Amino acid sequence: MEFLHAMTIGPIVEIIEYPTFFMEVLIGGLLTGVMYSLVALGFVLIFKASGVFNFAQGAMVLFAALTFVGLMEHGLPMWAALIATVAVMIALAYAIERLVLGKLVNQEPIILFMATLGIAFFLDGFGQTIWGSDVKPLDVGIPSDAIDVGGVLINWFDITAAVVAGLMVAVLAIFFQKTRIGRALRAVADDHQAALSVGIPLKTIWMVVWSVAGIVGLVAGVMWGSKLGVQFTLSLIALKALPVLMIGGFTSIPGAIIGGLIVGAGEKVAEVFWGPAVGGAIEDWFAYMLAMAFLVFRPQGLFGDKIIERV
Amino acid sequence: MARPEAGDVILKVENISLSFGGVKALSDISFEAREHQLTAIIGPNGAGKSSMLNCIQGFYHPQEGTITYRGIVRKPEKSHEAARNGIARTFQNIALFKGMSTLDNIMTGRNTKMKSNVFLDALYLGPSLKQELEHREKAEQIIEFLEINSIRKTPVGRLPYGLQKRVELGRALAAEPDVLLLDEPMAGMNIEEKEDMCRFVLDVNEEFGTTIVLIEHDMGVVMDISDHVVVLDYGKKLADGAPDEVRNNQDVIDAYLGVAHD
Repeated sequence: MEFLHAMTIGPIVEIIEYPTFFMEVLIGGLLTGVMYSLVALGFVLIFKASGVFNFAQGAMVLFAALTFVGLMEHGLPMWAALIATVAVMIALAYAIERLVLGKLVNQEPIILFMATLGIAFFLDGFGQTIWGSDVKPLDVGIPSDAIDVGGVLINWFDITAAVVAGLMVAVLAIFFQKTRIGRALRAVADDHQAALSVGIPLKTIWMVVWSVAGIVGLVAGVMWGSKLGVQFTLSLIALKALPVLMIGGFTSIPGAIIGGLIVGAGEKVAEVFWGPAVGGAIEDWFAYMLAMAFLVFRPQGLFGDKIIERV
Repeated sequence: MARPEAGDVILKVENISLSFGGVKALSDISFEAREHQLTAIIGPNGAGKSSMLNCIQGFYHPQEGTITYRGIVRKPEKSHEAARNGIARTFQNIALFKGMSTLDNIMTGRNTKMKSNVFLDALYLGPSLKQELEHREKAEQIIEFLEINSIRKTPVGRLPYGLQKRVELGRALAAEPDVLLLDEPMAGMNIEEKEDMCRFVLDVNEEFGTTIVLIEHDMGVVMDISDHVVVLDYGKKLADGAPDEVRNNQDVIDAYLGVAHD
């Protein structure tokens, strides 16, 4: 009886009694969610354009952040390190296309997936071999003090993350919807053969999309790195992007954002208000449970392409 | 408007042989297509018509023979180069970008005509915006031409078959091709849709002077609209000539009507 109460009525009463506290938890969760979205975006880009689930996205986030911090430690000013890292990520995309994916055109998706798994392990190891495996603090000058908005404390850092994510989504949306390359990306995603027939070179497109995913990874890496320090665990954040993708849909950029918000807010609220009843630590698995529920009731995710089969 | 005069040979197919493992799809096929003309490749199912078209475009690489386009022998390696060189096509089983709108599908056809810079594109600024608008204008003209105004914004996956075929023709036209390869443009259509499609194909040929190579297995349609007919059967060429010559060719009659074995 006591457990039932703690699972049902208890938390609701608590939320109603302490609305400001609830708001603080909710907003904190939403803003963490934005950070998940940043990682999820990289997955969506590559999946949209090539149908490949890129398991290496997390490793790319880590690799980009390591390179960025490493270059700054070697005395490069921040802007130079940023440009150099972007160049490195583009070179990486080129190498991946040339050495791995280009050789696997027309293979089964599972084979491409396995290839990205290999890339992930390689990047994890390679990045740490070059730049070392100790935790590196990263400070790009984002203030970390909190401000008071109507009694709710919000961290400046989280606000910055939200703005960065918002800007990135806006740019990507325009890029995909309105430009030649964006259209070519969508065309390739839709039908390889038809894309070739209108003169879209598959390999160039893949290179562009991996480059863009690399740059998105860099942004995610810089944001997460500033929060947690640049270290190996960054590549595991990719695992948090999985439920985000299942909820938002693998092919939708807005879906990645909304999915991130749902996961971020959901797990924080669940942890704070429902956690005590089951002994805490809900935060680690809540997102996956939510994702499972979505898989059962809406397998394509909230914004994913609807699965229609014409027979 | 009168049909344009025949020009020089633009596409020359010489001794093409293609096999998949042990199956011979094409053996020793040769024919020519002249500029501004409408060349039809006909034949029963499985005659190798689509294979022929795929060889011209570069999806298939024939084991023997050469294809000469504008006096240059086509190299087999890159099929996306065909579009850049002015060869556009449609497919037998429509290959449109189903999730994209009619307008976007047609805009992809202009891909080869647009220059682009990833960074300006990303910001949608200056030259990128101007270029986008110019090409949009061209795409709208094609939409007008094909009378598909009402479905500009509809995702093509939702359109009926006949209209999808028309959008696919539009996407091919958007590239302003010199040679247009049409793979069974009228297949699976009712009489009315077939008549519309014939009209559009003829209009394209008349208005833009586009050289057309089309595949059909419906003899009636082909004889009415083409200048030159090539007949294939079991991967071999049976006849090649003006529609009237072909119509009276005994081999062709046998292939289509069957021969009594007695």
